[in-house]
Amino acid sequence: MTLEERIIDIIVEQLEVTREECVPEAAFIDDLGADSLDLVELIMEMEENFGMQIADDELEKIRTIQDVIDFLRSKGVS
Amino acid sequence: MKRRVVVTGMGAVTPLGNSVKDTWEGICGGRSGVAGITKFDTTGFDTKIAAELKNFDPLIFVNKKELRRYDDFIIYSLASAEMAMVDSGLRIEGSWADRVGVIIGSAIGGLATIENQKEILMKAGPGRVSPFTIPAALANLSAGQVSIRFSAKGPINCTVTACASGTNAIGDAMRIIQQGYADVMIAGGVDAAITPLSVSCFNAMRALSIRNDEPQRASRPFDRDRDGFVMGEGCGIVVMEELSFARNRGARIYAEIAGYGMTSDAFHMAAPPPGHEGAARCMLAALSDGDMVPGDIDYINAHGTSTPLNDQYEIEAIRTVFGESAKSVCISSTKSMTGHLLGGAGGVEAILTVKTIEEGVLPATVNLENPDVGTDLDLIPLQARQKSIETAMSNTFGFGGVNAVLVFKGYRD
Repeated sequence: MTLEERIIDIIVEQLEVTREECVPEAAFIDDLGADSLDLVELIMEMEENFGMQIADDELEKIRTIQDVIDFLRSKGVS
Repeated sequence: MKRRVVVTGMGAVTPLGNSVKDTWEGICGGRSGVAGITKFDTTGFDTKIAAELKNFDPLIFVNKKELRRYDDFIIYSLASAEMAMVDSGLRIEGSWADRVGVIIGSAIGGLATIENQKEILMKAGPGRVSPFTIPAALANLSAGQVSIRFSAKGPINCTVTACASGTNAIGDAMRIIQQGYADVMIAGGVDAAITPLSVSCFNAMRALSIRNDEPQRASRPFDRDRDGFVMGEGCGIVVMEELSFARNRGARIYAEIAGYGMTSDAFHMAAPPPGHEGAARCMLAALSDGDMVPGDIDYINAHGTSTPLNDQYEIEAIRTVFGESAKSVCISSTKSMTGHLLGGAGGVEAILTVKTIEEGVLPATVNLENPDVGTDLDLIPLQARQKSIETAMSNTFGFGGVNAVLVFKGYRD
């Protein structure tokens, strides 16, 4: 499974959205109906799955699915 | 002249069934909702039985995301409120949404969530606890989620008065309508506290029945062999409306809420005072609030917890209030079948009291084989009885010396 697929799996499960909605440019709050608490929970799930920590100042830069993919890649996750 | 308040919708999830209809059938059949605890491993616990919901499918009422985030007491409230709203036929519209309020009481709130998150905190550290813990655990979030679901923008509150919570919710909601602050209230009580911590803590108080080998016979109010209450879970919610509001929309009216009393024992944190004078004053207050006298009451849905002290003192309080006419009033404890739903008790028992008036069937006190209190009173032992009645009282008393009583009567112009 690719990194993108693993990320989208988590998003679909956590946010109750469809895979079709999970295009790379989809923004969590504006397009996927998430609120700030949803985002916190989603990031915790990412941390759990990918065995890493995401600091709050890094979290602030994450707006879209592509942002998550880029961030995880930058941390060496593949 | 007080504004009159009527019940126009009812919804419940109880150990006897996942609707008012199924619950009432269980009540009429004298069924027990008590069985072995399935929610957690009871190894080492004194009490291994409880009255859990059975085959309840939360996904009928919430989606998977909500299921993961809401404590059960919130989900039970959403389920009951949904059924009560459908039953009432009421559709809230934006122009008068602020005339609709919600009060749902809970004794315990989201204890299961707190226990689970505490475990995560201890095992994995503070970075792993869910951001949804507090909004799942706070007791007022059942009223909060119900108000969001139905866009009810009027008064909102949560009565946290132990085992009287549900009764206080409905009574306070009645006053809000009477005083003109709202025309419709969605009100009731809920608890979902069959958890390792609560069972062990109630065990530490020696409050629960330990009749583990005979679960269906464990809740036996007024019986000489009673040995404590059986914890139950569930929710009962009613839709209440100001009379002319209900009539103008052609609502079906189940019953009128005629009176409400609340008093404090100011005596002990958990035990009732001898003779339970606080309960007696509370029954009198509810009667007086409804411009009624004891002789007007046909049936009492007793608090009747199956604990040694409550049952003895409640009967003494009834004698104090009713005097000689105590012998002509019919009395039963539906907790003999549902178990004790804590904050949910007042909500569910209000509904059962209304059903008693509507259906003309008096619920039994099941398992009442050898009464040791009220032996000369009509405690409706073992079997339900057909009898049409006009007025009924619902008693609930809670830790902290809280007493709350509602009086219902059949609706007449």
